[in-house]
Amino acid sequence: MLIVILMICVNLGVANGQFLTVQNLFDLLTSYAFVGILALGLLVVLIAGGIDISFTATASVAQYVALAVANAYGANWFIVFAIAIGVGGTLGAINAILIQKLRIPSIIVSVATLNIFYGLLIFFTGGKYIYSLPDWFATGIFWLEFEWGKDTSYGVNLQILALAACFLVTWLLLNRTNIGRQIYAMGGNADAARRLGFHIFGLNMLVYCYMGVMAGVASLVQAQLAQSVAPTVLVGKELDVVAAVVLGGASLMGGVGTVGGTFLGLALLAILQNGLILLGVSSYWSPFFVGLVILISVSATAWSQRERRTRRARP
Amino acid sequence: MATFLEMSGISKRFGGVHALRDVDLTLEVGEVHCLVGENGSGKSTLIKIISGVEAPERGGRIAISGTEYPKLNPVRSTHCGIQVIYQDLSLFPNLNVAENIAMAHHLGGLRRVDWPAMRATATAAMAKVGVELDPEAKVSDLSIAGRQLVAICRALAADAKLLIMDEPTASLTRHEVDALIKLVSELKRTGICIVFVSHRLDEVLEIAERVTVLRDGMKVGTFPADTIDNRKLSHLMTGKAFDYPVQVRGVAASPVVLEVEGLGRDGDYHDVSFRLRAGEIVGLTGLLGSGRTELALSLFGMNPPDRGTITLEGRRIALNTNAEAMDMGIAYVSEDRLTLGLILDQSITSNITLTVLGRLADAFGLIRARARQMHVARWVAELAIKVSNPENPVKTLSGGNQQRVVLAKWMATSPRVLILDGPTVGVDISAKDGIYEIIQRLAREGIAVLMISDEIPEVLYHSHRVLVMRQGCLTTDVLAEHTSDEELRRAVNA
Repeated sequence: MLIVILMICVNLGVANGQFLTVQNLFDLLTSYAFVGILALGLLVVLIAGGIDISFTATASVAQYVALAVANAYGANWFIVFAIAIGVGGTLGAINAILIQKLRIPSIIVSVATLNIFYGLLIFFTGGKYIYSLPDWFATGIFWLEFEWGKDTSYGVNLQILALAACFLVTWLLLNRTNIGRQIYAMGGNADAARRLGFHIFGLNMLVYCYMGVMAGVASLVQAQLAQSVAPTVLVGKELDVVAAVVLGGASLMGGVGTVGGTFLGLALLAILQNGLILLGVSSYWSPFFVGLVILISVSATAWSQRERRTRRARP
Repeated sequence: MATFLEMSGISKRFGGVHALRDVDLTLEVGEVHCLVGENGSGKSTLIKIISGVEAPERGGRIAISGTEYPKLNPVRSTHCGIQVIYQDLSLFPNLNVAENIAMAHHLGGLRRVDWPAMRATATAAMAKVGVELDPEAKVSDLSIAGRQLVAICRALAADAKLLIMDEPTASLTRHEVDALIKLVSELKRTGICIVFVSHRLDEVLEIAERVTVLRDGMKVGTFPADTIDNRKLSHLMTGKAFDYPVQVRGVAASPVVLEVEGLGRDGDYHDVSFRLRAGEIVGLTGLLGSGRTELALSLFGMNPPDRGTITLEGRRIALNTNAEAMDMGIAYVSEDRLTLGLILDQSITSNITLTVLGRLADAFGLIRARARQMHVARWVAELAIKVSNPENPVKTLSGGNQQRVVLAKWMATSPRVLILDGPTVGVDISAKDGIYEIIQRLAREGIAVLMISDEIPEVLYHSHRVLVMRQGCLTTDVLAEHTSDEELRRAVNA
């Protein structure tokens, strides 16, 4: 997949000089940080053998609550993040409890909670946007600023910082902690995990809360970028996130998926969508090509696995 | 010898049904003990009580290495060195060998994964068993036998003193079974007690020192393996005597239904020729991978041959799909009843009518409910399927009755040739008997039956003629009355 991405990059670079500029790459990272952070949360859920699609509603709620509080009572970075993460985590915990206690498939629970969370939010807010954000929030964070061109300056902004931090934390969780390996194990064979004495409920709780926390972080990243809080625009973006994770090789059957793969999946999605725009293709075509790439990439993986299996069967 | 585990007066009820009634069991250190019984005889419940998953009723006594326990729980029984390898092996297919073996030792929370320690645990366990597997290999890339070794290593890494193996040979080839038997005798030498649960009586007698027989939740007895034989064991398990004579029947005069001439398929089998006569039961045996299933699939149109001819009732036919084969009157009952033969969650009615939906439809292509009911009632009666309600899902039936449903489904197509692949796999001895009777009745009605089986006694005692395949070639074609168990065994394993 890395090769495919590099090939697309080179081609796009040749076709359009703007693509391979530092400016464009920074812009890409910034605008895909929201999808990327959510993708990491979803990756963990998929590896554990579940699925959650309520995260956009969770993000909308977390975003609204955190910034409404900040507007009303004043706050700082630490407090808004604490609130968003707290709200996200709580909603994640509700998902986990429903899935575990009612023993309903996670997809159905999360379809229901997506609507419940979103419905409550719209009811209580009347769907009103928040345009005036605290100044410090609107300004955002810039590190390592540098000038590019005449009057645009770039640097490590809030989005890139949060994305990088989430990648690091998720990688550490999945690969370097015992809990991470237990999440893989549980996704691979839940019965065996139970027989070995895993704390299944605790693991699931952690996984869905982690998804919620990621949704909380992503929501602030998105609000800062959009410079507003819009309760209605996030819901509907679930499939972009699912696409990134599945493109990155995670299996909907559980137990399979890597952080590196998710990064590549995210990169492919971003480059594809951005590249099409730079090539002057009408943006109406974008979903078509995204769908096409998912189909090709997933069937290529399935096909190569089948090849490998038959070769093994007949040495 | 020292006693490792002693239990007595063990009873367990589920609802009102006695799963176990006043059972006692003694396991010695370093012995290989087999536990046999039909489905529902209480084997699994007994294992669950030993492993602490289920608690026995009051009045039971359990002592492990001299210490009394009123009941066990999974943690305590693991702590005492009791390890169960379930039939599904309970491995994590997406993780590597080392992680699978050492996982239980590394359950700590957010602590860092200690890869070197994990690998060391795994290597030590593999050294104990004397196997070499790549610790980094993914378990899903291993063969079934390889996975079983991983499960055994995991048990040893957990310091097993008692290793319970539930149907460990169910999906192994003969060579792999031999390797497993060798491994078990080596483990025994290190002082581990091994409990083997198996359906295959031949293996039980080969491996065990003592055999405990359960029937209907009660213990029939514990016997030294050298005092009993296959026939006595079936008698103990079922309470019935099974004494099969070799089938002798003059079918030489009846017309040839199916003739295969020089049939070959690259990589599967070559130059196979034989005839099936009306009313004849022909047994086909051979090791896994000998080409017998591939040949059967070719006769059913699912694995078209590269050369040779198939003649059905004097007419040369080419079979490219199984729909063509069904049209011509060939039926195939696959070995894997659960995944290929039945739709477990659907009703008995839907399963039986699946092959004849076209015939039950009216002029508009809609299924007539009345015809459907009559059809099901007819076959349920014909094959004596025990059903309380034909609308219940098939999975509520016992193994023997499930197999009858599969047979009914295929018999309904009124085939002239019936191919049965492993017709009694996973079926109890007494239920097996019923299936043999059905097969013989079908043959008497003039159907040519090709019965494929792993078990040599099965083909010897229940067919008129026996074919043996080895490495893709048909090596033996002999009348059952002219051969013996010994001779067939040689032909299969030569």
